[in-house]
Amino acid sequence: MKKLALFCLWPVAMLLFLSTAQGWLWPTLLPREFSLRAWNFVVEQSGGPLVTSLSLAVTVAILSTLISLPAARVLALHSFTGKRLLLWLLFLPLLTQPLASAMGLHGLFLRYGLTDQWMGVLLVHLIPSVPYAALTLMASFSKLDLDLEAQARTLGASKWQVWRHVTGPSIAPGIALALTLSFLMSWSQYLLTLLIGGERILTLPIVLVGFEKSGDGAVAAAMSLLMILPPTLLFVISNWFLRENQSLE
Amino acid sequence: MIRLSDICTGYPGKPVLRDIFIQFPAGQLTSLLGHSGCGKTTLLKVIAGLLTPTSGSLLINGEPADHLPADKREAAMVFQKPLLFPHMSVQENVAFGLRVRRLNPDETKQRVFEMLELLQIGELASRRPSQLSGGQEQRVSLARALVTKPKVLLLDEPFSALDESLREEMRTLLRKVQRELRITTVFVTHDQEEAAQLSDQIVLLLNGTVAQQGTPQEVFSRPRTSQVAAFLGWKVFEGRPVGAVFETAAGTFVMPIGGRPTHMAFRPEKLQLKSDGQPGTIEEIVHWGRGRRLRVMLHAGVPLLVELPGFTEDFKVGDPICVEIPVEEICWFAENWC
Repeated sequence: MKKLALFCLWPVAMLLFLSTAQGWLWPTLLPREFSLRAWNFVVEQSGGPLVTSLSLAVTVAILSTLISLPAARVLALHSFTGKRLLLWLLFLPLLTQPLASAMGLHGLFLRYGLTDQWMGVLLVHLIPSVPYAALTLMASFSKLDLDLEAQARTLGASKWQVWRHVTGPSIAPGIALALTLSFLMSWSQYLLTLLIGGERILTLPIVLVGFEKSGDGAVAAAMSLLMILPPTLLFVISNWFLRENQSLE
Repeated sequence: MIRLSDICTGYPGKPVLRDIFIQFPAGQLTSLLGHSGCGKTTLLKVIAGLLTPTSGSLLINGEPADHLPADKREAAMVFQKPLLFPHMSVQENVAFGLRVRRLNPDETKQRVFEMLELLQIGELASRRPSQLSGGQEQRVSLARALVTKPKVLLLDEPFSALDESLREEMRTLLRKVQRELRITTVFVTHDQEEAAQLSDQIVLLLNGTVAQQGTPQEVFSRPRTSQVAAFLGWKVFEGRPVGAVFETAAGTFVMPIGGRPTHMAFRPEKLQLKSDGQPGTIEEIVHWGRGRRLRVMLHAGVPLLVELPGFTEDFKVGDPICVEIPVEEICWFAENWC
């Protein structure tokens, strides 16, 4: 366990070291000096990209979960003609390279003026995140006993109350997982953002790659650490939520 | 009172229920008895509003209920599985129906505890469903349905998954609670003994239609058709009248005067062992709780099941035996067997 923790923390520690190292050039064994220059720069400059990235990821997480809920329910619990085809269509973006579909969409987005727009980037982020959210929710729905809903109805619960008190809580772990996964899909997206957002919509990955290319390793390291923070927090929260939910069963 | 008129369900060419007309008397417990798959649960779902019939009408306490959604019918259902909400405690499960009706918390709490006491599960209030036994789960499920004071209580074989002694205990409890609260109750079962023990009325469903309705005594002692008789465990023989007697594979019997029967039936426990009866051979002896069942092959080539109370006489497989069918115990039917 300790070895595993060390294995996971080592890169983080390296990044922390790199982000404060100044003038670390060959053949010196240690950096000339340590400074918070990169961190000052990141704090001053990354506010905009951080807000863009967060707003995109949160919206993508909510939207893909909302879109996937009815689809996953129908696909998991009902059988109908054309179901297999629908499943294939839904998961096609996972099987094909997302870049391929995004290139195709680029023309369409140009025509509707969605390129270089926050809205355009949001839409293109939904392409890979919806299938993941749907897949996660399908697993949750397939374990749902529909008789529980019928039972609640005969006890006097309206359709909304059934959802609020019975169905929702039953699939809550699935919803938490779908939100987390789609958040991460959007948060770490580089290629699709670059393609549709040009360099107008600046998210953290776009800015990070820019600094990495320009050779300012300290800023890139500081920014990488900033990028790790929200997903780690989210992971801890959803993990806690899942464990809490499991202990109820 | 619940009144179903001309209820039909299913698909064209594959009906589940056909022209159902039943009145369930107010405050009484009526059993819906029938084979599995004969449409009993479907009928219950029609009353509960979980299934829309293709035609027909439904009145609950004199008011049309056809267009009411399930949550507005006040017809609480208890399923075969307890279906407790896993994320709620026993107390929260029982309070569910009151919570969705937005009853004030104090009254909710009081009614929940009264109901838990009535069903003798007061000490389980704070437990989770996963910590309950099968019998306890079904009691909670029953309490959850009763606490809403429904107009109708619908029970879909609620005790079939429990072991025999527990089932007996639950039946007694249900009967006591139902009499105390006087809720119009429909109880679905395939178990004749259960229906006989619990019901004020029995509705017998065969192949999606009502085959007979009446008190347990009427239904069990006077089956209306040979099909009903066969379902209730009577031995049915087809035959034809020849002069004053009725000829069957099991022999000839004196007919009632003026009748033209097509079938006759009798209960296996009414058969008697008499030296001047029909000769046969014992093929199998099955012991059951209160006696024995002999499978006898008559020399005429007809198998009969003879039920004997007690164990006084000594029998062996292969022994010759004579069986008499007492004429006064025979039920006669004039109909086309289908």
